[in-house]
Amino acid sequence: MSSSTANEASGPGAVEYIQHHLHNNSIGDGGFWVVNLDTLFYSWLLAGVLMYIAWKMGKTMTAETPSGGQNVLEAIVEFVQQQIKDIFPGSNPLIGPLALTIFMWVFLMNTMDLIPVDLLPSLGQLVGIHYMKVVPTTDLSTTFALALSVFALIIYYNIKIKGPIGYLKMFLFHPFGKYLIPVNIIMTAIEEIAKPVSLGLRLFGNMFAGELIFLLIALLGGASLFGLLPQIALGTAWAIFHILVITLQAFIFMLLTIVYLGMAHQDIEEH
Amino acid sequence: MSITATLIGQIITFAILVWFIGKYLWGPMTQMMDDRKKRIADGLAAAERGIHEQELAEQKAAQHIKEAKEQAAEILAQAQKRAAEIIEEAKIDAKAEGERLITAANAEIEQEVNRAKESLRAQVVDITVAAAGKIIKKEIDAKAHDDLLKDVVGQL
Repeated sequence: MSSSTANEASGPGAVEYIQHHLHNNSIGDGGFWVVNLDTLFYSWLLAGVLMYIAWKMGKTMTAETPSGGQNVLEAIVEFVQQQIKDIFPGSNPLIGPLALTIFMWVFLMNTMDLIPVDLLPSLGQLVGIHYMKVVPTTDLSTTFALALSVFALIIYYNIKIKGPIGYLKMFLFHPFGKYLIPVNIIMTAIEEIAKPVSLGLRLFGNMFAGELIFLLIALLGGASLFGLLPQIALGTAWAIFHILVITLQAFIFMLLTIVYLGMAHQDIEEH
Repeated sequence: MSITATLIGQIITFAILVWFIGKYLWGPMTQMMDDRKKRIADGLAAAERGIHEQELAEQKAAQHIKEAKEQAAEILAQAQKRAAEIIEEAKIDAKAEGERLITAANAEIEQEVNRAKESLRAQVVDITVAAAGKIIKKEIDAKAHDDLLKDVVGQL
């Protein structure tokens, strides 16, 4: 659907336009057992792009004469490495690839936000696809897939490093010491559960809001000819600002993953 | 807009992607960057060592040159001394040889002179006798000339 619908000015048309844009192309019977094809398609496409780049770069890179692409990737890898070195205690062979993957994949998925909101859905209309949500990170399933994976790793490493008893102790005696065990359990549980929830919701919220604002700006031009100029101006400004947002969100997700896993790797402190 | 089964697919994708990137990008690239860092450090250390070694070598070379010069001067002095000695010896030898040769020659000359004298004397006697014979044919008395003959031979 495109601005022709939005031409019916604000009111039902505008709402319909936005709702249409925020509708996943999904199969399933509703509830949990639904598969969002567009989300999967775009995230797999970007994962494929990443895999291709990784595979090609891993094969062609040289220590002596790094070329353009290699320099960019080396800068990213070195940046991630530096973050890990600063934050993460000890060493873990998984944390590097994990952080790098989160950063690059989330960044690429966020970047889909910068493609004009109507472009890909309109092309989809031409070949008979009626619903298309282009940005995978505006789907809670994607952000929580990442967040829950990280959460699983947090629990795994907590138990591995601290031991099952140590992990239990953390719930019992943290943060207020042994006299407030019930409070401790609740506090620690909230603290732990807040990690994946905040990870997933932060990314989703930022991307969803960004997409929504792009849609509203697109409506502006569709409403009337006078709206065209503000649409261009606002759209440009928001897109430029959004470059910062998508990078920042990818970075924050990566950073918090390192921080949380780093906390899981620390021995329990006595109270 | 809610969490759906897409989540499972995304988790699997994420796991595969992490594995893949770890294997093909992160692993080789960090390895390569570490290797490069090490090589640069090694290279710098080697350069430092090279400069140090060069300094040492220069010092050594200067030392060698100095020693060689001293040795050469010593050899030269010895050679000159030896040459003077040889010349001196040769002079002495030559002098001795010369004297020996002169002496030998003188002796030979004396011998030759004596021999010549002997033969001359003999010849003179013969000639004198012959001459006397001729004289005798005229003046018969040999006795009268006997004293003269003896006197002549004695003078020769």
